[in-house]
Amino acid sequence: MNDTIQQNKLALFTEHLTLSNLAFSSDLKEEALTVLATNDFPTTRQEDWKYTRVGRIASIKAIQNQQNSSISLPEMIDDSMLLFVFENGRFRADLSLSTLPAGIKIKALSSCNSDELSLVGSLVKQENQVFTALNTAFATDGILIHIERNQKISSSIHVLNILSGENTASFTRNLIVCEDFGQAHIVQEYRSQEANSSVTNVITEIFVGANANLTVDKIQHEEQGNFAVLTEQVDQKKDSTFTINTITLDGTLVRNNLNIEVNGSNCESNLNGAYLLKDNQHIDNHTIVDHKVAHCLSNELYKGVIYDKATAVFNGKVFVRKDAQKINAFQSNGNVLMSDDASVNSKPELEIYADDVKCSHGSTTGQLDDEAIFYLRARGLSEKAARNLMVSAFIGDVLEKIENPSVLKMVQSIIQKKHGWEF
Amino acid sequence: MISIKNLHASIDGKEILKGLNLEVKAGEIHAIMGPNGAGKSTLASVLAGREEYEVTEGSVDFDGQDLLELSTEDRAREGLFLAFQYPVEIPGVSNVNFLRTALNEIREYRGQEQISAKDFMALVREKSAIVELDAKLASRSVNEGFSGGEKKRNEIFQMAMLAPKLAILDETDSGLDIDALRIVANGVNTLKSPNNATIVITHYQRLLDYIVPDFVHVLYNGKIVKSGPKELALELEEKGYDWIKAEVDAQ
Amino acid sequence: MGYTENELAKDLENQEYKFGFVTNIESDKAPKGLNEDIIRFISAKKNEPEWLLEHRLKAFEIWKTMTEPEWAHVHYNKPDFQDITYYSAPKQTKKYESWDDVDPEMKATMAKLGISMEEQQRLTGTNVAVDFVMDSVSVATSFKAKLGELGIIFCSFSDAVQDHPDLVKKYMGTVVPTSDNFYAALNSAVFTDGSFCYIPKGVRCPMELSTYFRINEGGTGQFERTLVIADEGAYVSYLEGCTAPQRDENQLHAAVVELIALDNAEIKYSTVQNWYPGDKDGKGGVFNFVTKRGICERNAKISWTQVETGSAVTWKYPSCILKGDNSIGEFYSVAVTNNYQQADTGTKMVHLGKNTKSTIISKGISAGKSQNSYRGLVQIHKNAHNARNFSQCDSLLMTDECGAHTFPYIECKNSSAKIEHEATTSKIGEDQIFYCLQRGISEEKAISLIVNGYCKEVLNQLPMEFAVEAQKLLAISLEGSVG
Repeated sequence: MNDTIQQNKLALFTEHLTLSNLAFSSDLKEEALTVLATNDFPTTRQEDWKYTRVGRIASIKAIQNQQNSSISLPEMIDDSMLLFVFENGRFRADLSLSTLPAGIKIKALSSCNSDELSLVGSLVKQENQVFTALNTAFATDGILIHIERNQKISSSIHVLNILSGENTASFTRNLIVCEDFGQAHIVQEYRSQEANSSVTNVITEIFVGANANLTVDKIQHEEQGNFAVLTEQVDQKKDSTFTINTITLDGTLVRNNLNIEVNGSNCESNLNGAYLLKDNQHIDNHTIVDHKVAHCLSNELYKGVIYDKATAVFNGKVFVRKDAQKINAFQSNGNVLMSDDASVNSKPELEIYADDVKCSHGSTTGQLDDEAIFYLRARGLSEKAARNLMVSAFIGDVLEKIENPSVLKMVQSIIQKKHGWEF
Repeated sequence: MISIKNLHASIDGKEILKGLNLEVKAGEIHAIMGPNGAGKSTLASVLAGREEYEVTEGSVDFDGQDLLELSTEDRAREGLFLAFQYPVEIPGVSNVNFLRTALNEIREYRGQEQISAKDFMALVREKSAIVELDAKLASRSVNEGFSGGEKKRNEIFQMAMLAPKLAILDETDSGLDIDALRIVANGVNTLKSPNNATIVITHYQRLLDYIVPDFVHVLYNGKIVKSGPKELALELEEKGYDWIKAEVDAQ
Repeated sequence: MGYTENELAKDLENQEYKFGFVTNIESDKAPKGLNEDIIRFISAKKNEPEWLLEHRLKAFEIWKTMTEPEWAHVHYNKPDFQDITYYSAPKQTKKYESWDDVDPEMKATMAKLGISMEEQQRLTGTNVAVDFVMDSVSVATSFKAKLGELGIIFCSFSDAVQDHPDLVKKYMGTVVPTSDNFYAALNSAVFTDGSFCYIPKGVRCPMELSTYFRINEGGTGQFERTLVIADEGAYVSYLEGCTAPQRDENQLHAAVVELIALDNAEIKYSTVQNWYPGDKDGKGGVFNFVTKRGICERNAKISWTQVETGSAVTWKYPSCILKGDNSIGEFYSVAVTNNYQQADTGTKMVHLGKNTKSTIISKGISAGKSQNSYRGLVQIHKNAHNARNFSQCDSLLMTDECGAHTFPYIECKNSSAKIEHEATTSKIGEDQIFYCLQRGISEEKAISLIVNGYCKEVLNQLPMEFAVEAQKLLAISLEGSVG
């Protein structure tokens, strides 16, 4: 029904944007422009966007490059982490770690040559993907994290993305390469400062080499009034383990696309997600785990608590391709609705083309157990405290997957601030 | 009845049975004991015809036939019965229907008439009494929701129904309390005749208090390393397997 | 139960599609193609009132503006709608007054389908009343008089239009509106016949009502319409069976079924669908694009049970609109696909009223090179307080060349709702097969046993006669299917 309204929205949206001058392939950028010239913003008629309207993003009078020199660094998660700060898709060297420990290769894409960026665009597909094409065409900067073969980076890497200003359109492109037997922990944090009506669009391409072990904690808490479309595209080689914890705690409209291609045998993929929504927030988690080869395990657990008039969308898809035998894939989505105006759309999907597999998914939607709340109140808790205790226990299943104690503490303190829960 | 000669078998390229010899005659009960990982359950699986196991050498003669040449179902139809260590659940398929199908297929193989519903139900009543199996269990789905003891009793009930020539009881006593053990053993003893034989695979001697074997064999490292009368079991219970291991390893 | 699962084994030798014969009866056919004149021709043939013709023409206008749905997980060559015959009736000079008047050739057809009415009358007495629809035209309805005594109307849709126009006019299109979807619109324009059933207030229909559908003529589409109305406090159990001859070309079946359960009423609707699935190489077979939906008023209950083994392509979602408070919707389904069959089937449970409940049990079995998808929607609307849903969708894979897919859509707008969805996909249990083999059961029979056990929750919902037939069909459909 928004079809006609959105006509030419894309052209208007891109009018004041400047083409990316990052050193990756110009063919990709041209392809992106073609996609943008021949498509418009997606509508709810497209299965991928059935429950999410992007009209509010489309109507932003998008401008890039706003910088706010007065921006102050928030309290840091943990001083021992290797900190890299981006504001509106621009590297803030002044706020970032000044000297890297020896042997670690982490740098801004803007300082990379074309060889270093040869892998950019090799995982994501642009065809009919407007947000991917926007990012490819207009990306200003991003981080390159290269973990060498056999290298274990013992300090966690913290990549902080700050959105600021009005009508900002921020396009960040990241590339994470974890070579064979490499190991690292990365925190991708998304927050905003004095931002309104702004959108951040991030693509992170992640290569996980053979026997590598990579963990990503993705913590999102841009303030309301802002929008985010964030994509991680992951390629796993044999014997590797990839874990991503996606914690979404704020933002008016957030769309997460998490796509994992498992291209090697004996891999483990863990996808955990927690989302807490209030007011009119809309959070949409789309995940795909594509099992292309045999003998792999994937575990997916997403849980959300939805207050007020907020809407949560979960669309998790597991593919098991032909000949990808002996796959164990588990997927679970749980939602608690805390108000009569809250809503949830859950679509856990299995698409299976191999026979010797064990796959299951479950989805539950409900409210807190009144009996349990009564029990807690009879033990002297206020109703609010009882409810908070119950929901924090519900979400706790996911939060406990965050292994780094500093990150967990930060998540808990954000939840405490925004929702008044105690942990 | 069955004559196993120099049997070698492996799974996933790993040799488990390494030249096993065993001779069982009609009317006899043989107990096979041995430490964990000796190959006891492998022997049961190989005899029943599990495809994961590859026989690399040796022969098994079953009442004049080459057992290893027969398919799993034909071995069963020839009269070889395996009481499973872990009986399988088949949701939605009633025990009665399962057994009637089995019985009729076996009868068909032997050129006999199908059993009438009436005779079949009479047989069910008679045989379920042997293992004190509640008649209700007969109409429940195969092993589904059965307790551990019920599953094992159900195995013996099936054995009674199918009246095999050779029954192999694979750790049928494991997990049973003393009452269930007594019932199971009683069932086996009731079914004993001069025309059939039983191989009891077990880890514990206590079953042999109830099912008295004619011979006891010790399986270790893929071979039968010691055989003896029923007293051997008591000795094993008392002294464990270490002395046998030491004996064998010394050679 | 009065039967055992292994009875079906007797029919195992009959691997080929059992119902692939053509009845040689002169038929009365419209020319191929679709236009206003054809619709007028159908309407005139059926001596329809003006309002119905207008309804058809309006539907045709709507249909022309619509496009074929693309979202289902099926791939096929779209039918050429101008290459289909929209009306084909067995030629008959007069209406059948009694069973004796029925064309002997037709009787033979029915006998081959296993529904000889003489036989049924003799054996089962008052057990099942049958309406037989061949190529979209209802040819015989039994037990009419007996049902009439209770005020039950069970007749062909055309007869209902003539004899009970008020009921038809009042309810037709109220559950599946003309504009609902592409195939429902097409059906509304060109439907030729079907079954009609009305159970008056407080009446419990004493026998199963049954309709057998058969496509006979080559190149014809079958577009029947079924309308079942259970008035307040009424109960009816309705059965539907489907067969078609083997033909190389694809035949189109686009039916509409509407169920109306008024306050406190209950409708049980069972289907055993065995349209010709195409041959081993995927040639021929029926395209089964069906819209089935029921509406429940207060305290009413609609229960759909289906066993789907046929059709080359199935696109079908028997649904319940739970409009009244305390109403109940149920969906029990077994869908088997083999060779090159494709099925995209499931249900929609739309919860509008308070304390509404729905249950979905779906068992998919994929064999050969087939693709089998479950697609189900559970929608809890804002005012549906205390709505409950439980869904269990299991898929069983028989070969490594087939696919099993699960696409549930769960939409909840009320915080007091409780929704549970579970799905599993697994291979047929090797240890179960081995256990059967060790007891002397052949592999084929072991699979048949295991599959029947796996489907038992659904098969148990079927009336006895259908349950036996369904089990046999399952066995036949899966013959030689293990990879």
